[in-house]
Amino acid sequence: MYTFSKKLKTFSIILMVLGLLGIGYGFMTSHKSFEEVEHLLESEAHHGGGHGETTHDSHAEASHDTHAASHDSHSDEAHASDEHTKHVEHVQHQIANRPWAALYVAAFFFMMIALGVLAFYAIQVASQAGWSPVLFRVMEGITSYLLPGAVIVVIIALASHFIGHDSLFIWMNPDVTNPESEHYDKLIDGKSGWLSVGGFAIRAIIFIAGWSLYRHFSRKFSIAQDTADDNKNFKKSFRIAAGFLVFFIYTESMMSWDWIMSVDPHWFSTLFGWYVFASMFVSGITVIALISLYLKSRGYLDFVNENHLHDVAKYMFAFSIFWTYLWFSQFMLIWYSNIPEEVTYFIARFNDYKLPFLGMVALNFVFPILMLMNADYKRIPWFVVMTGLVILFGHYIDIFNMIMPATVGDRWFIGIPEISSILLFAGLFILVVFTALTKAPLLVKRYPFRKESEDFHY
Amino acid sequence: MEASKVIHAIYTDDDVLMSAVKKVKAEKHHIEEIYTPFPVHGLDKAMGLAPTRIAITAFMYGLVGLTVAIIMMNFIMIKDWPQNIGGKPSFSYLENMPAFVPIMFELTVFFAAHLMVITFYLRSRMWPFKKAENPDPRTTDDHFLMEIAVHGNESELENLLKETGAVEINLVDKEAH
Repeated sequence: MYTFSKKLKTFSIILMVLGLLGIGYGFMTSHKSFEEVEHLLESEAHHGGGHGETTHDSHAEASHDTHAASHDSHSDEAHASDEHTKHVEHVQHQIANRPWAALYVAAFFFMMIALGVLAFYAIQVASQAGWSPVLFRVMEGITSYLLPGAVIVVIIALASHFIGHDSLFIWMNPDVTNPESEHYDKLIDGKSGWLSVGGFAIRAIIFIAGWSLYRHFSRKFSIAQDTADDNKNFKKSFRIAAGFLVFFIYTESMMSWDWIMSVDPHWFSTLFGWYVFASMFVSGITVIALISLYLKSRGYLDFVNENHLHDVAKYMFAFSIFWTYLWFSQFMLIWYSNIPEEVTYFIARFNDYKLPFLGMVALNFVFPILMLMNADYKRIPWFVVMTGLVILFGHYIDIFNMIMPATVGDRWFIGIPEISSILLFAGLFILVVFTALTKAPLLVKRYPFRKESEDFHY
Repeated sequence: MEASKVIHAIYTDDDVLMSAVKKVKAEKHHIEEIYTPFPVHGLDKAMGLAPTRIAITAFMYGLVGLTVAIIMMNFIMIKDWPQNIGGKPSFSYLENMPAFVPIMFELTVFFAAHLMVITFYLRSRMWPFKKAENPDPRTTDDHFLMEIAVHGNESELENLLKETGAVEINLVDKEAH
């Protein structure tokens, strides 16, 4: 049995407190008045450096020109001041959105780790893998974060509508589907059959209920199998794993449309669900490796040897490449055809997010491929830990790149709101996961593949 | 080298062979060669063979392939005749790189795979009209053969090999290559 060390518990609570303080600070400083934003933009223009400035100018000029051409340039100045007000309000919204988006990115990131591990666990059970049963309890511990994590994500999404005035999902604003309103958006209205707050909430409940039910029963059967005298529980867990995987691949795809793709409601991509899946899968496997190595270093997992580590590291390596394949496939198809309605997604990222957008390819592809290619390196714990931390950071940036451009645009920075959100959810994740690890022995007892797994040798 | 004598010990089971190898190694006899009909897991370790370096060569071949792809397309598409083909930016390699990635990837794999296979053939001396070096045709079906050089200690070796469960022990003159 694992006992949650006092130090780690205190550490996780400190993380959460620091995170909460920072998030509070983020929300307090994000409400700027019109004049404050105006002043901010002016000072940025004077310094000639702010990254908002270039897009602002080109944007204002372009729309101004078309206006001028169609209206025979009557009342130039009225238009200019109108544009100015609009621009300031736009920036004001972006600044107000930032703590929401920071919170949402971090919440989703930790939720997706638990979900990725749950999918990995189901695959191991359904494929009757012989190497991984010694890691099952670690995986079950990590997936305990899924229910609270996913509920928090949905709460933040809905709170951003009810409290934060649609700072994450503009389609939640009732004005955009109201033809009378000046904010009416025909494209979003056309999608309102899917994109509605009620539908969002109902789908979220179905997804979370389905995942949590599988999590609940797989854990129950796994523990029941420890003391059983036949393999009934094993057979049941095998069956529900197969069923869950079917349910998962549908709901994961729809979840990625709902929770991520809809922050850009004008944009769509067909392989987006797979792309998000690859990101969550590789982060989940990386966390399995990190937590196993931590527990092993504390002497709780003596039955886990370097051969198991080698296999997990192989998965990290392979799914880093899989992620890159999907990332590149999505990017290149859109870059190649260059259809205006699709390509704006990448233009926004390329203009305003060049470092995170290209940096994550280095973090998620170049680094793991070079570090984990050698078979000997995959067996060295500190090497896998180091690579794992880089992969996790890279996938945080990946989610960051999905959410931020649509919510804060060029007003992004990884500052106090972002780091605090990570700290809060990291603390919560550690607390929930390690508490769950204390609830059951760390080695499955009567699992049919236990012996094979203990003797696993590569 | 003149003709030398070797002992051929024949086994019918890979487990027996493995324990025999360990015993012969423990007695500090040099095993010249082992012929098996299929890969016996762990045999190379028991024999003390050095690990293969073929993966390292494959990695380097892959880098060669990547370089070839980059230099080739940079010359053809950017330097030599930078046409405007469907509005693709042919001003610099980086600007048009996404279009080249499929070829860069394929050439990396192509070079790594093919050159590694050729390296394997060269190092293990395999080619179409090569004379088979098989001391006993049964070793391609269901027998395992261990070949040990003899330096005037035939009887001692024969006794040792009998103990290890060899079903047949032959003393043969081996032609020097």
